[in-house]
Amino acid sequence: MGSTLIDGLFVFMLAGFIGFEVIRRVSPLLHTPLMSLTNALDAIAVVGAIVLVGEHKSNLSFILGVIAVIAATSNVVGGFLITDRMLKMFKTSRPTKP
Amino acid sequence: MTAEFAGNQLLIEVLYLVASVLFILSLKWLSAPSTARHGVLAGEIGMVLAIAGTLLHHGIVDYKWIAIALVIGSGIGVPLGLVQMTAVPQRTALSHAFGALCVTLVGTSEFYLRTPEVPPFMMAVLSMEVILASLTFTGSLMAAGKLQEVLPQRPITYKGQNFVNLGVLAVAIVVAVYLVLHPGARELFPVLIVVPLIFGVLMIVPIGGADMPTVISLLNSYAGLSAAAMGFVLNSKLLIIAGALDGSSGFILSVIMSKAMNRSFTNVLFGAFGQVQAAAAGGKEERIVRSATADEAAGILAAANRVVVVPGYGMAVAQAQHKVRELFDALTKKGVDVRFAIHPVAGRMPGHMNVLLAEADIPYDKLMEMDDINGDFPQTDVALIIGANDVTNPAARTDQSSPIFGMPILDVDKARTVMVIKRSMNPGFAGIDNPLYYLDRTLMLFGDAKSFVNGIVHELAGNSH
Repeated sequence: MGSTLIDGLFVFMLAGFIGFEVIRRVSPLLHTPLMSLTNALDAIAVVGAIVLVGEHKSNLSFILGVIAVIAATSNVVGGFLITDRMLKMFKTSRPTKP
Repeated sequence: MTAEFAGNQLLIEVLYLVASVLFILSLKWLSAPSTARHGVLAGEIGMVLAIAGTLLHHGIVDYKWIAIALVIGSGIGVPLGLVQMTAVPQRTALSHAFGALCVTLVGTSEFYLRTPEVPPFMMAVLSMEVILASLTFTGSLMAAGKLQEVLPQRPITYKGQNFVNLGVLAVAIVVAVYLVLHPGARELFPVLIVVPLIFGVLMIVPIGGADMPTVISLLNSYAGLSAAAMGFVLNSKLLIIAGALDGSSGFILSVIMSKAMNRSFTNVLFGAFGQVQAAAAGGKEERIVRSATADEAAGILAAANRVVVVPGYGMAVAQAQHKVRELFDALTKKGVDVRFAIHPVAGRMPGHMNVLLAEADIPYDKLMEMDDINGDFPQTDVALIIGANDVTNPAARTDQSSPIFGMPILDVDKARTVMVIKRSMNPGFAGIDNPLYYLDRTLMLFGDAKSFVNGIVHELAGNSH
């Protein structure tokens, strides 16, 4: 238990740093797509909900799990869809490299 | 059997590892418009791999309901992915609410499956997960309601509001501490959900529209942190990574937005913008305002060499971005250099104006950030302000009594001519008077943004014959 906790904290710390460094470089031009994309990625919480539904350990966890899967999946699908729609719209007046 | 089981587990972990790499690459590629769409693809592949890996999980016996839930969720997700670009802020708030709902429900299930054997650290993280997620759920729903104008947009404040809000939050924290010490107290757990749900509502009640960019970013950060906490509870490194990425993204955006308004987080959450100006607005003398017609405005614009357009939330409300594009085309054809100055907090969420202008096919290299364009205003012939107010208010530089004093603004008052498209002389959303409107060089163009820009475009077309 103790070591998985420490492992988790290491992972959190490193991922936090990577997040800061990567996201700092995102142009303000793309801040809206950034938010919708991180939202879609965050919906990876769906994996926890899928396990609850699949294992069916109690009726409560099963029902809450089903609702959770629905909520998270709508974020996955909607988030990626709208991010891609937005990014498609960004065009430059300069000739682009092929 | 054991070997097969171990092999399965290894495969799942490898899939999660690959998904984590793809998530990081996804955000890395988003840094530039040219690679950004690869980023979306990387995220999608990562997501599919992670879900596929989860389905291999040995304890899963019921696939039918997983499939049904995935299908229903997709059915809700598609229309949410196809909303109009002007509705993106409320859609984003709504998706924060859905994400937080998922985390709250999973956290609740985990508690009832594990109680009373929950180690203290696990219970502490679980409490944090549920508190953050529940308050993000109602907070985001409230924000979405205000943005959709289902709820009143004006900030609602009352005496002792901060005291009440902090008191409510304190109740949740005290109960969390008790549960850490007594994880068998299952009847107390609902308090950890209900109280933060109430706090989420109270937190957004005093928030006005102009503060939305900061608040949405902050809720984004909370959603990420709660997902990371869930990763600790489920011992899932993939979730910890995704949550940390989302949390830091929301945090960075909140910092940028707060700086752009010269305010601290605590000030945004506990400061209720609307109250302050009531005092500042008194003692106003009649001042002269000069107005112009679409015909006159078109003449001045056609004679200019350099024009900078400053869009704001009013452009979004009037759905004027496509007319602005026609104006951009008409002026560009006449050899006028037209650029757009985007203030970081223009609109209702970070980057809102950029998306609307990109939707209208305005090339993104014409969209300038505040720091890049402010030095160019003295050489600008016309600054045309469409639906923006506070971000152009020179009082932020000079008037110490102004509630927005110190906020970085676009220096439009340094342009040779300033034109402001505005419905009337009523002060904007925040209720702050704007001295820009009384300058000698300022022309007020009274009317609806969309129809006025349309009028200018018609006049420009007429002149060319």
